Amino acid sequence: MFEINAAGVYYRDLNRQIRDAIAAGQKEIRVRNVNGQYYIGDGLRGNATIIIEGVPGNDMAAFMDGTTLIVKANAQDNISNTMNSGKVVIHGNAGDVLGYGMRGGKLHILGDVGYRVGIHMKGMKRQAPTIVVGGTAGDFFGEYMAGGVLILLGLNRKPGIPIVGDYLGTGMHGGAIYIRGDVDKNICGAEVGIMDPDAEDEKVLKESLTEFCKDLDLKLEDIMKEKFRKLVPVSLRPYGNLYAY
Amino acid sequence: MFKNLAPPEYLATIDQVKCIRCKRCIQNCGWGVYSWGGDKVLINTSKCVKCLRCYHYCPEEAIQIVDNPTRFKQNAYWGYNNIRNIKRQAETGGIPLTGMGSDLPYTILFDNLLIDACQVTNPSIDPLREPMELRTYLGKKPSSVDVEKGKDGKLKLKTKMPPQIKIDLPVIFSPMSYGSISLNAQKVLAMAAKECGILMNTGEGGLHEDLLPYKDNIIVQVASGRFGVNPDYLNAGVAVEIKIGQGAKPGIGGHLPGEKIPLEVARARMIPVGTDALSPAPQHDIYSIEDLRQLIYAIKEATNYKPVSVKIAAVHNVAAIASGIVRAGADIVYLDGFRGGTGAAPSIIRDHLGIPIEYAIAAVDDRLRQEGIRNEASIVAAGGIRSSADAAKAIALGADSVAIATAALITMGCTTCGKCYTGNCSWGITTQRPELTARLDPEVYAERLINLIHAWEHELKEILGALGINAIESLRGNRERLRGVGLDAQTLDILGVKPAGR
Amino acid sequence: MDHNYQKDISGCGLTGLISKKKRRLSGAEIVKSLCLMNDRGNGLGAGYAAYGIYPDFKDFYAFHIMFDEPSVRWTVEEYLKANYHIEKIEEIPTFPVKAISISPLLVRYFVKPLKERLVGEVQEADFVVNSVMKVNSEIEGAYIFSSGKNMGAFKGVGNPCDIAEFFRIEDYEGYIWTAHTRFPTNTPGWWGGAHPFTLLDWSIVHNGEISSYGINKRYLEMYGYKLTLLTDTEVAAYMLDLLIRRHGLSIPTACLALAAPFWKKIDDRDKDEREALTALRQTYGSALLNGPFSILFGHSKGLVGINDRIKLRPLVAAIKDDITYMASEESAIRAICPNPDTVWAPRAGEPVIVDLD
Repeated sequence: MFEINAAGVYYRDLNRQIRDAIAAGQKEIRVRNVNGQYYIGDGLRGNATIIIEGVPGNDMAAFMDGTTLIVKANAQDNISNTMNSGKVVIHGNAGDVLGYGMRGGKLHILGDVGYRVGIHMKGMKRQAPTIVVGGTAGDFFGEYMAGGVLILLGLNRKPGIPIVGDYLGTGMHGGAIYIRGDVDKNICGAEVGIMDPDAEDEKVLKESLTEFCKDLDLKLEDIMKEKFRKLVPVSLRPYGNLYAY
Repeated sequence: MFKNLAPPEYLATIDQVKCIRCKRCIQNCGWGVYSWGGDKVLINTSKCVKCLRCYHYCPEEAIQIVDNPTRFKQNAYWGYNNIRNIKRQAETGGIPLTGMGSDLPYTILFDNLLIDACQVTNPSIDPLREPMELRTYLGKKPSSVDVEKGKDGKLKLKTKMPPQIKIDLPVIFSPMSYGSISLNAQKVLAMAAKECGILMNTGEGGLHEDLLPYKDNIIVQVASGRFGVNPDYLNAGVAVEIKIGQGAKPGIGGHLPGEKIPLEVARARMIPVGTDALSPAPQHDIYSIEDLRQLIYAIKEATNYKPVSVKIAAVHNVAAIASGIVRAGADIVYLDGFRGGTGAAPSIIRDHLGIPIEYAIAAVDDRLRQEGIRNEASIVAAGGIRSSADAAKAIALGADSVAIATAALITMGCTTCGKCYTGNCSWGITTQRPELTARLDPEVYAERLINLIHAWEHELKEILGALGINAIESLRGNRERLRGVGLDAQTLDILGVKPAGR
Repeated sequence: MDHNYQKDISGCGLTGLISKKKRRLSGAEIVKSLCLMNDRGNGLGAGYAAYGIYPDFKDFYAFHIMFDEPSVRWTVEEYLKANYHIEKIEEIPTFPVKAISISPLLVRYFVKPLKERLVGEVQEADFVVNSVMKVNSEIEGAYIFSSGKNMGAFKGVGNPCDIAEFFRIEDYEGYIWTAHTRFPTNTPGWWGGAHPFTLLDWSIVHNGEISSYGINKRYLEMYGYKLTLLTDTEVAAYMLDLLIRRHGLSIPTACLALAAPFWKKIDDRDKDEREALTALRQTYGSALLNGPFSILFGHSKGLVGINDRIKLRPLVAAIKDDITYMASEESAIRAICPNPDTVWAPRAGEPVIVDLD
């Protein structure tokens, strides 16, 4: 495995080292002593795997296309911004605005996430992104969602901590959100309908969560013990009557 | 039962004696004004928007579209639009939408600025027979360069220059997305941009593969909806533009109505067919200036440091905002003024928010100079550039280049009817209906747009010649060569321009 | 950045000479050359600049200052005393001339910045420039019109012969001379408006109106220059100071910025040169002097003549032994050098650069 020591290295130099290593044909790269370097994996292509030790900086995996990033710690904001394909696995918590405008690939987070996660996600048939969050999420989860799949598990939750914040799925007009446990209609955006998953949904959940469990060393049976609820847009044109022509 | 208590704005009329019943008007009207009544053409004039498509395609000149003489009672305070909008809101409870830039009679500063000319003490220059240079480079410039003379006596550059975008004249096309305009309209822009050595801008709707041959003349845009943004897209053009705001609707987002989202557009944007494409007001990864810096550099990292443009609407604090944008690392600051066009905006926003581009150019250029960072970014000014004279005035106030959209659409048949948001454009421009877009033959209309750009190019050269300068950089920011007419002292002070006669 | 200025417009004639071997020549020569071109001016301004005239004080900045009122003198001297060691103060010798009835009080100071005033990274030259900017823009009625070492400018309202007589130009000996006769079309009558215009060791005489003045001025203001004189000449002087002294460009390279080649010519060069010239134009677009001009600029190490890139103003050069002459008209050279070794008209935008040995 190719190793890079990121201690004290500025992001531009670190990311250049990573790009050079991938250009030289390295398939597995371990980056040690990362702390706050921005843009790791930004725009990267190809199927290399990068293991990140330490807390990576903002905008990790932005525009990424195919690469796999595994973070062995918590991570910050804006992960997988407009990501096209590939995978990001985070063995900890992560911050706000994750998977903004995400177009494909997977984002797996073991712990809790912040506000505005999975907003503006896109999807077109098979080209669709998936985000699975093991812990809890803040407000505006899945805002403006137009495609793809968002799964929120709420594992290891302390008593009294809600699984998700307010304005869930506000502005949603495509895609699907799955929440483990029940959902209060009151916290949902006006555009959201709540239903029980059907057989097709169970298939999607099982497939996504099997991979999630494998990545993060969890047991699928434990997760599937509790029932899921599915959130979908009630209208393709939630704002059809907003304007006078 | 009380729908449409506003009388129709226009009366579509057919001279039944001249009419030969050829039904061309029925085919051509995208709005459904005309229908066949068995022996003659029937008219539903309330649908007419005066786009004049039928008029141009009537072989007998039998059609006339006249302003409806039946209006609300004349009132200098309660204008037609006020009354009509209230009635519409009473009927629907909705927000009246509109297209195009604001048509309200606010003072037009461009029309109160006049350009200098040489007489005796310095000579004018003959632009047709002597060299006259309009070439412009957009991008960050160093404050100084290091040039060394080699042993062979030849100069060699020692400074690493930031990337520069070469344009043959300082007039480029403003962003208009695939979705808001038809693919054929985008092709017209792309073909003309390539032929004229300038740029078109994808807007926020992805880059259709048909435009790839023109990628050296294309800026790709990233906005809050992130439509069509992937690594190929970011790397396809000569620069990436982050859109923060638009002059016609500062502070509010984009909203492409579902009528304009057929399968092809939906695929490019990766959203469901027929949904409204939402570009919300904020980019949710930019809540502060340091976040903008973060996105700028995320894009630079993903594109091996292509130039990044940041487009903002001209608002009250535009100078400070622009300074922040430059310090955040942008290579180009794109200012879009109050008069800037739109495919769809609430008319209440379009007509009442923002400031005209003339003030914005002056304020931003001044501020960047005061801070000693004017060289750090180019200024592109847009928002109601109607002629090469407007362009010259904008450049003299301090812009590196202007950008035009409405003027370009007019070459494709647009009559500024302002109904772009309906998706019914009979000229095939702001519609996705295949029977309408097919009318806009890219080759034919590109030629018309190329003609316009070449004509403006000649006019700009004539203006420079009259000013006695033979390079556009000597006009850029040269406010000494402008004078104000009928402007108050404070306005002149903001513009940095003397009154005529001084 | 006040835009409510009234720009000064004038036509003129210019002449200059340099002895490469640093032979000090009497001012009588240059006076004779300039007076031949009397008709290029209108009697409302003339001036001379010379290098090598103060050998005894060559390590001191020679400030030539004009005062509209004697009372202003004390304000300026207080400022100078607070910031400079003053080696010598004397009134500039002048002699009564019939045609010149009114003149300002003219005093010269040989000075050096006080060490303790040069804090941090401030270079001595920048300190002097700032002083000149401060006095000229902030002290009403006082004007520093010369601030170089071992050089000086002498100028005023009058025709070339009268100004020469007034200052007794023939009594000075220098190895570089420039001179200028002026045809102002507005605001005549101010002595500071005459050429040469100087800053530190730069001295400029200039013919023609720079049509790009507005942007050149704003470009310089971005770098802290205060353009108080509102003449093209001032623009040219500050531009040279910025490009050569502060940005470190060589004189030929600076000339390529001020009178840039056309894109067509740049595009035809091979790759390296094309890159260098393109970068220069991209970077210094606002420094391009556009419009008719011919300029002579003297500095402590030589003399340069240059005209605009489509040759809208005349310039003739000639060489005789170690002396190079440049002037608006060949006859002005022939008046003092009847049989030069060579005479030529420099091409548009191509500088004539003469360095001292």
